Parts: sequence; structure tokens; C-alpha cells
Amino acid sequence: MNALPAHRLMIVDDSNIMRRKIERSQEIPNVEIVGTAGNGREALELHASARPTLVTMDLTMPEMDGIECVEQLVGRDPDIRILVISALADKATAIEALEKGASGFLCKPFTERQLNEALVKLIES
Amino acid sequence: MSLQREIGTFVAAVLNYFDTAVQQAAVVGTPYLALGKPPEIFDYTGMIRISGKRKGVVYFTAPKGMLSVMLMRMQETDMSDANLRDLVGEVANTLSGNARKDFGRNFIISTPSVVAGSSTTIGYSPDSRPIVVPIDWRAYHANLVVCLN
Repeated sequence: MNALPAHRLMIVDDSNIMRRKIERSQEIPNVEIVGTAGNGREALELHASARPTLVTMDLTMPEMDGIECVEQLVGRDPDIRILVISALADKATAIEALEKGASGFLCKPFTERQLNEALVKLIES
Repeated sequence: MSLQREIGTFVAAVLNYFDTAVQQAAVVGTPYLALGKPPEIFDYTGMIRISGKRKGVVYFTAPKGMLSVMLMRMQETDMSDANLRDLVGEVANTLSGNARKDFGRNFIISTPSVVAGSSTTIGYSPDSRPIVVPIDWRAYHANLVVCLN
């Protein structure tokens, strides 16, 4: 029987392009992508079934934004590691996300290398 | 903050998008005031509205062909209308992000919105003077328009 993957990644972004870019760019061998969601509400539903251990989270999304979703995910699973990926690059936004329980912050736009480095940091944190 | 620096913030956002996401640099042309007639609108336009200390609109407008090739450079195979809207929205998203970072809380910046169609009219205050910054990439031409009173 195969061992369970070390990490299960959920991608949350309202942009289809961004979701696919993260899917394509993620190159860490022990990370399995378990699903994608287009907003915070979908992410909470997916979390219940996919049980991710890692999340990439956009902030500006319809229905439920990323900050609220981070807070709810951390409330459900305090060990979950969330990388916020957003174009909102001001310090106040980053601090707010970290205060709600996010573990890291990556500014859009980003390169494949920047994404993978940020995910490795998240795993090692 | 001077108007020149404000425009620089938006230009830097667009250039950074080409450098980082598209991985091929764009070139900025000579900015000009759009006096007499409104700036040219291309097939897809991503915009943010600004209020607070300054009021107005900033938008990136580009032809379908340019956006399609940008998507190809980003290894995207789906050139649908939804993805073209998505792309121009992401560029507007970076305009918003840079503005929030550089301008702080004196500016209130809307969530980016997208419109399609070259016959679209972008509404702005009659006392504002749109500044058009040409953005050239490969054989394509787009405009960044900064219209703040």
C-alpha cells in the first residue's frame, strides 16, 4: 500500500488562470493537489471533503474573501498552513492575513520559482 | 505625491506583470494627454476606480490578439472569452495592489472590474484629463490610461 502523500494542497483563487498556473507551477514531489476553489465558500466546502494540509489563498474573491476564509480554516484546523497569494501587496493587508492565521504571503505576479520557494518555506515552517 | 509618481506606480505594475507573469518585457511609449477625443479602447479592459484624496479611473486596455499571445506565453491553452477577461482582470488587480502599496490609505481603490468590447465607454469626471501611456509588446499595442482629477 502506498504511503499517504506528505502534504495535500488546495488552491483557492477566483481567477481560472491563476488556479491553473499554480497547478502547473507546483513542482514539490511530496505535495498532491487535492482540489481547487473559486472563492472562500467553495474552499470551506472542499476543505470538509479533501482535508488539505496546505492552502494557497487569494484575498479578493466574490462571496467570501480570503481573509475570512483563512480565519475559518484555521478555526477548523489550527495546523493547516496557508500561503496567501495576492496582488494586494501593502503591509497592512499582509499583517491582517498573518494575524488571522496565514503562514506566509506571496505577491502576485510571481514566477514558478517564487511559488515553489514559498511553498517549501510553508512546509518547513 | 506628484502625478508623475502616481503614473509611475501604475506603469511599474504593468511592466512587472509582463516581466514576471508573461516573462517577456513590454516597452513603454511616450505618454500623452487625450484631449479632444477619449482614449482608444481595445477588446478587453481591466479597470480600477479610485476615490478619496484623488478621484478617477485607471485602466489597462488591450486587443484580443495580444492577450491571447500573453496567455500562450503563460502556457495557458484556453483562449476563451472567460480567460481573456480573467487575464485583463489580473493586470488590473496588480494596478490595484501597487496603488494600495504606494498610496496608502489616502486612496480608496475599488475591486478591479472588466469590460469587453472596443465600443465600450469608460466614464470619468469631465474635469479630469486622461493620460495615455502606450504599452508595446511584440507586435501588439495596448494602453494604460490614468485619469485622476
